[in-house]
Amino acid sequence: MRRTNLIVPTYTGDVSGACSALFELGGMVVIHDPSGCNSTYNTHDETRWYDQDSLIFITGLVERDAILGNDDKLVADVVDAARELSPRFIALCNSPIPFISGTDFAAICRLVERACHIPCFYVRTNAMHDYVVGAGNAFEQVARRFVDEAPVRAGTLNILGATPLDLGVAGSDATLRAFAEDAGFEVVSCWAMGSTLDELARAAEAEVNLVVSATGLKVAQYLRERFGTPYVTGLPVGAFAERLAGDLRRAARDGQCLWPHRDARAQRGRAPWALVGEPIATGSLASAVERELGVDARVLCPLEAHAELIGAADALVEGEEGVAEALRGAEVVVADELYRPIVGEGTRLVALPHQALSGRNGWKSAQDPTRVDVRALLAGQA
Amino acid sequence: MLKRLGPSAVTAGETTSAALFPSRLEFNAPVHGTWNIVHIGMLVPEAHQIYVCALNCMRGVVLTAAEMGALDRFSCVVLKEEDITRGTVEQVTLDGIRDVLHRLPKLPPCVIVFPVCTHLFLGVPMGRVYRQLEEEFPQVDFVRAYMDPISKKRLIPDKRLRKVMYDPLPPAEPDPSLVALLGSEFAPDADSDLRTILRSGDLRLRSIHDCTTYEEFLGLSRAGTIVSVFPSGEWGARRTAERLGRPHLYLPATFDYDKIEAQEERLIGHFGLPRPDYSAERASCEEELARTLGVVGDAPIAIDAVVHPRPLELARLLLEHGFNVREVYLDGVNEEEADALDWLRENAPELELSSTILPDLRVAPRTRATKTLAIGPKAAWFTGTGHFVNLVYGGGLWGFAGVRGMARLMREAWETEKDTRDIVPRKGLGCVSCI
Repeated sequence: MRRTNLIVPTYTGDVSGACSALFELGGMVVIHDPSGCNSTYNTHDETRWYDQDSLIFITGLVERDAILGNDDKLVADVVDAARELSPRFIALCNSPIPFISGTDFAAICRLVERACHIPCFYVRTNAMHDYVVGAGNAFEQVARRFVDEAPVRAGTLNILGATPLDLGVAGSDATLRAFAEDAGFEVVSCWAMGSTLDELARAAEAEVNLVVSATGLKVAQYLRERFGTPYVTGLPVGAFAERLAGDLRRAARDGQCLWPHRDARAQRGRAPWALVGEPIATGSLASAVERELGVDARVLCPLEAHAELIGAADALVEGEEGVAEALRGAEVVVADELYRPIVGEGTRLVALPHQALSGRNGWKSAQDPTRVDVRALLAGQA
Repeated sequence: MLKRLGPSAVTAGETTSAALFPSRLEFNAPVHGTWNIVHIGMLVPEAHQIYVCALNCMRGVVLTAAEMGALDRFSCVVLKEEDITRGTVEQVTLDGIRDVLHRLPKLPPCVIVFPVCTHLFLGVPMGRVYRQLEEEFPQVDFVRAYMDPISKKRLIPDKRLRKVMYDPLPPAEPDPSLVALLGSEFAPDADSDLRTILRSGDLRLRSIHDCTTYEEFLGLSRAGTIVSVFPSGEWGARRTAERLGRPHLYLPATFDYDKIEAQEERLIGHFGLPRPDYSAERASCEEELARTLGVVGDAPIAIDAVVHPRPLELARLLLEHGFNVREVYLDGVNEEEADALDWLRENAPELELSSTILPDLRVAPRTRATKTLAIGPKAAWFTGTGHFVNLVYGGGLWGFAGVRGMARLMREAWETEKDTRDIVPRKGLGCVSCI
């Protein structure tokens, strides 16, 4: 049954994805949920929580207010905290019970905004999707709310979809910036690590967008639709970085959207190497594997990622059993250590921590995914 | 004159009720030494836990199990949006649990099932689910837990769990020489008065912590008397004692000498044991506290409600003995120590009582001008000190030995600085933590 995970943990959920996406932007995120479940976001999924203050709260919803539809308390509490803390914006997130009762978040946002004159928007979540959906919706809302028309500046780009959930360690965004500069681009903004809300608001200036994870695809598509900005998908890993840089220049020149994390590979049948995880990171790594080691590699994506991110030989898989089935026959599997129990005998697991799966359990062994040494994978050392 | 301290703190003199602060938005401090329902459930030997909930709600519990290195005793059934819109939550719950049990390499003797708020709100008939499961898996004890933090009128999840986890204990002939401690995360220390007194009557104290197999765990039902010491465990222990037809003694750990003496009198009275030398015990506590005061001096002290269920009694004890207690971090007052709050209101009106969850605290400065001794990990985080007593729920402290133990821990904390950044985020103090 695809709904059960016997031993492999579930991935980070949509609410936590939204919180992670918005963490550094100076806003206030309010999760409309009881005290106890979704507040654990900061425990396992937020590497920055101890050292960096961010206004992420829960409402502490109780059954009486949920049953009687006491949204006044929600509005009053949000307004009260906003007046006290003066955030740049307010983002509201949903959870199962308000989802069941059909809480009207759009109306609540209008009430809050009217009361405290701070931009307030709803990030579509309900705790029943994974972080790709939540972070994607959060980025899209920021773009809709804050990015305005601006003259495009040649040789500039935005980095879209950067969160610690996929990039793992602090400083990964700096590596991405360095890559962009080496490729000949000035970085306008990085969504959303190491950039301010004001920098994000200038995103329309960019000539091209670099989508580094599936969480950035939705905002890339929005910026494409609204401003015509082309996007390119990929993480600069090993020998694939050169291809990615070339595609960025091509997209900037021709205005085309390109998917090198997917298209740079052979995409032939059941490749002997299988990489499990977020499709752009694993697709980029798989491309580097093919280039540097000369072996075919495929991607297995257990997340709610857009089908366009998945190549012909790749697969969207559901749940622990879906992954286990798709791994059968693989010679080498690159995945988070927590997948080990379902990797069959005779298959070698090369463990690469993925924050969105193993959370803080993998922090000590976390590494910048753009710095993975593909050749070391052969020796079983990432 | 009393000073108002802002929205998230009051002075003891200002307090008018046990509800210290209004309900507002909440944040979650990165201090996680307390136990959650996963930690508590793992105490049942050989039991397997199954959570049935939405993805985001699952994350905290599944990674708790991962952090404990215990994913082989934990499984998830994920609820999706379409289950709610199509009305299939009951079926998915049943099928999911079945699927887990069929796929496990060996059927566990006990399965603790955690449905969630969604099941409650949709009126999912969990009784029917359990009946079906019990028919299909008669060799398994299904424990009916809940992870429903939205419920404030029902039992909170951990309090319920502290009862239902003992539901499999079968009726048995009582052994008068066996005493079972139920409902606590920690067993009393070897030198605690509880153990000392019971030893004096050749009585054996056993708890879930002593059991390594499910069979041993079931053997707790042979105890002739059931004891509980932890407030959140009292209800479950009492109900279990009623079901098994055993006397129940609730003897909560306290820092009040008179209350300690009263509890020990109850204990010895119940078993007909010799009376301890209370004067000597009190004198010994005084000695230990004086020694600690000599080390700590007038250093400011902050206490939290994580360290012990009775932080206000501890504050009172220390203030009465000349310590410079400045702050207590708590979000409400345990009704069992309402008298301690009364005393503080009268005798220490300037003492600050601070929330740990209100919004402004997320950005409040977490340093103090003077080196501070924190009693409890949350107080350590809020005051930015590495000198802290790292203990939750009072640990195994009990009786006069508990008072002496706390005094010793304070000295050690003052003399040896800890790595707060590394220690306090770890979950479930006393459990395995792989991070």
